Amino acid sequence: MSERALLLLEYADDELILGWRDSEWTGIAPSLEEDVAFSSIAQNEIGHARALYELAARDLGTTADDLAFDRDPAEYRCAQLVELRKLDWAHTIARHWLYETADELRLAALKDSDDEEVAGLAAKMDREEVYHRLHARMWADRLRDEPRFQEAVVGLWPYAAGVLPEELRESFMDIVPGPGPGTGPVERGVHSDELRPLWEEMTMVRRSIAGATW
Amino acid sequence: MVTAEQVWHALAEIPDPEIPVISLVDLGVVKDVHVDGVSVRVEFTPTFLGCPALEVMRDAMAEKVRALGAEPHVDVVLDDSWSTDRITPQGREKLRASGFAPPSPRQAQPLQLVELQRGFRCPYCGSTDTTLENLFGPTPCRSVRYCNACRQPFEQFKTI
Repeated sequence: MSERALLLLEYADDELILGWRDSEWTGIAPSLEEDVAFSSIAQNEIGHARALYELAARDLGTTADDLAFDRDPAEYRCAQLVELRKLDWAHTIARHWLYETADELRLAALKDSDDEEVAGLAAKMDREEVYHRLHARMWADRLRDEPRFQEAVVGLWPYAAGVLPEELRESFMDIVPGPGPGTGPVERGVHSDELRPLWEEMTMVRRSIAGATW
Repeated sequence: MVTAEQVWHALAEIPDPEIPVISLVDLGVVKDVHVDGVSVRVEFTPTFLGCPALEVMRDAMAEKVRALGAEPHVDVVLDDSWSTDRITPQGREKLRASGFAPPSPRQAQPLQLVELQRGFRCPYCGSTDTTLENLFGPTPCRSVRYCNACRQPFEQFKTI
């Protein structure tokens, strides 16, 4: 697989799986406004995943749906941060804020890419992500002094650092300092136990009748 | 043989599937039209990438071109060329008339929450005594606001 296809897949998998996790708040968020917000953010992330899969699919001679749903869980390239099932508000906001902070750095780098297609899509995604960042920061500011939120940020930091490639981690640490020596990033390539149950639910309908069109 | 002008004209008759008061041409999503004999290529730039209406828009454009007796090719362009600044002045007016506050113009610097919290004009009564209720709304392109003067919630097209 080309370096470009791999990069697109990593990013698409992050956005797809995070979109799934965000959508788990639909109907059960602490307020109606957050039901709407997390559902809408989930929809955006899955839309970004679709666009990224489409570029990757062209390189790999397949389709976006095949990439999203027909791979084995072990073949997904997402970071563990997005896999974790965190139905707890402090952890959800901590992940949201950490992911958006890391993602802003990733998008800024891709917008400068020599690959015009990737740079163009990154710029388009970035416009939408501005709203996710505003939302994440608004909540992070509100919860900043809460011990539960602070603990969640510390606990999730190694997962968040693992979203980024090596060369962007220093910039990330300038914004969110790591918990200290001995805690390194959780690298891609190994999945948590929580990915498979998500994958089973996500692909259940598609697997029920192989090759069906909807 | 069909002309580009005829194609533009036909595409201008397609309503947005989610906000039918505005046409796809007013929305600014038709980037370009190329006619080559009976083959018509439409360059289509999605608004929001997560918009569930994208397929409906693409199919509607192909259908219109086919009705002109031409062979449609609708290319989805995933670049950065669409922004809310591409909504035409007529399109903005149609949004306002149907209860959607049109998007504010894009700024060079990144959008701040405080700018969104200030009083945008209510499309119903014209008051600027309005508050931001939610950055997000029923579709990816909308925020939810509330007018303190006429006590009417309304939606605003997000600026992107």
